[in-house]
Amino acid sequence: MKSTRPAPDLSKPRLTTSAMIASIASEGQRTKPAPFGHALVELARSRPEVVGMTADLGKYTDLHIFAKEFPDRTYQMGMAEQLLFGAASGMAAEGFMPFTTTYAVFASRRAYDFIHQTIAEEDRNVKIACALPGLTSGYGPSHQAAEDLALMRAMPNMTVIDPCDAYEIEQVVPAMAAHQGPVYMRLLRGQVPLVLDEYDYRFELGKAKLLRDGRDVLIISSGLMTMRALEAAKALSDDRVDVAVLHVPTIKPLDAETIAREAGRPGRLVVVAENHTVIGGLGEAVAGVLMRAGVHVPFRQIGLPDEFLDAGALPTLHDRYGISLSEVVRRVKGWLK
Amino acid sequence: MDTVATRLANAPTLAQRAYNIRRNALRMGKVQGQGYIAQALDISDVLAAAYFHAMRYRPEDPAWEERDRFLLSNGHYAIALYAALIEAGIVPEAELETYGSDDSRLPMSGMASYTPGMEMSGGSLGLGLSIAVGRGLGLKRKASTSRVYTLFSDGELDEGSVWEAISSASHYKLDNLIGIVDVNNQQADGPSTQVMGFEPLVDRLQAFGWFVQRVDGNDLDAVVAAFDAAKTHPEPKPRMIVADTLMGKGVPFLEQREKNHFIRVEPHEWQLAIAALDAGRP
Repeated sequence: MKSTRPAPDLSKPRLTTSAMIASIASEGQRTKPAPFGHALVELARSRPEVVGMTADLGKYTDLHIFAKEFPDRTYQMGMAEQLLFGAASGMAAEGFMPFTTTYAVFASRRAYDFIHQTIAEEDRNVKIACALPGLTSGYGPSHQAAEDLALMRAMPNMTVIDPCDAYEIEQVVPAMAAHQGPVYMRLLRGQVPLVLDEYDYRFELGKAKLLRDGRDVLIISSGLMTMRALEAAKALSDDRVDVAVLHVPTIKPLDAETIAREAGRPGRLVVVAENHTVIGGLGEAVAGVLMRAGVHVPFRQIGLPDEFLDAGALPTLHDRYGISLSEVVRRVKGWLK
Repeated sequence: MDTVATRLANAPTLAQRAYNIRRNALRMGKVQGQGYIAQALDISDVLAAAYFHAMRYRPEDPAWEERDRFLLSNGHYAIALYAALIEAGIVPEAELETYGSDDSRLPMSGMASYTPGMEMSGGSLGLGLSIAVGRGLGLKRKASTSRVYTLFSDGELDEGSVWEAISSASHYKLDNLIGIVDVNNQQADGPSTQVMGFEPLVDRLQAFGWFVQRVDGNDLDAVVAAFDAAKTHPEPKPRMIVADTLMGKGVPFLEQREKNHFIRVEPHEWQLAIAALDAGRP
């Protein structure tokens, strides 16, 4: 039975949370505003079939940028996610390319059957961009999409992308359009960190890319955890730990060949880091790849635990659940002892 | 001599079309030894009026851009729609005997990727009207004059998504949408009005901003008139036809059978049902 929590110690200082627009950018980090919205506007200029659709979250998914530029190509479906995805299927059946937005929890949980049946099964060309992936809201489990990747990658026909930063999102948007068929993208919104422009990196659908090499540890990561992995690699180099980072933005189809090849290089601890429950996401997908390929290496997972996560301030929660920079560093060091 | 005049004079009447649809459905039920045959029989008049009076399509080109779209939301009515698609010449009659068997294009529940003329994958109930809203919006974007017909069942009125779609269709003034709800008052657990009451349905739909007509769905003249009115109604509203129907219509011993969502037809009864239908052949 559910019991309520003990009362907090009122004498201690506390961090507070911003409900929906807490930034994942750390202080002083370079960011870019609304990369998805601006990239979609850019795409739509040359693709007249692109339309925007949302379920009362245009402002919170950066679709408002598109809506302002193309009001007559924007469809507000109200706070009705089942309708949103059913209607997107119908729109796609008439030859349009809907970019639909809501929060990841509502797409993956509330509207799952609508996406499964009207979009994936019918193989409609609908693009689904979902804000607040994994633990990027301190609002509580209602808005924490800890399991969205597991749900979406289990769906036949669905392509699943978990981009790292603003630089990548700008490239993912046209790549989604170039791919014929349904795509689910985890959306980082608002002031989005800018990281990968410092690396020699191009997004390619279905490709994992080695961002840096290292002899001791291989971190395989997606989404914002690639940013953490790169920061952790820098921090760990001070301790003479040499960390490689393999970025896997496409969760499905998974680049099994690159993953097996990189993980198969001997002598390294393999750590999969994801902003997602350890159940059914990148970690277990990689484990499956390695088992099938006969790659036997020390293997660890960094990810959200299989529990309903707390409400609170994001930095607190990222620490608590092990996906903050300091926790990634601490855990990797611990495993190397 | 084959002239337009003689072809028109020899064209089957709507009553004959409805009979043929019922007969096709019974033949498929006989192949499988099962099927939602009572629903197929109740909706055959609506399908006859839709395919042979109201709708625009080309049998030889089911994806013709100018066609009217027909969405089957209640996918378990596929046996009825296949029967109509066969009668319309969209699906070859020879495939009738494959119904529900391996590698058939006529699976028991309607799916878009299997069957020519099948516009959506139903089965999971309450999907059709949401898709119809997107289709209606898309057609308007293209300045198309095609219409979206969506057949769904009274049981689907239990699904919240149906009402999401009903709200949005009137919000967007989708006058190119014609919904048909089959009120046969039967769903999986019993009479629909007892499972979850939906009356007064006309008032409710009107309150949501739809142009609503309620007709005897087994009265061909009434159904034809309802489609005509739905197509020509001047207000910028989506249109709904509430069709009260009789499960098993056209086969007296099935009409009288104890009402169940999935009525039992014994193996020897399929031929008897066809014979009973033939006895009333128009």
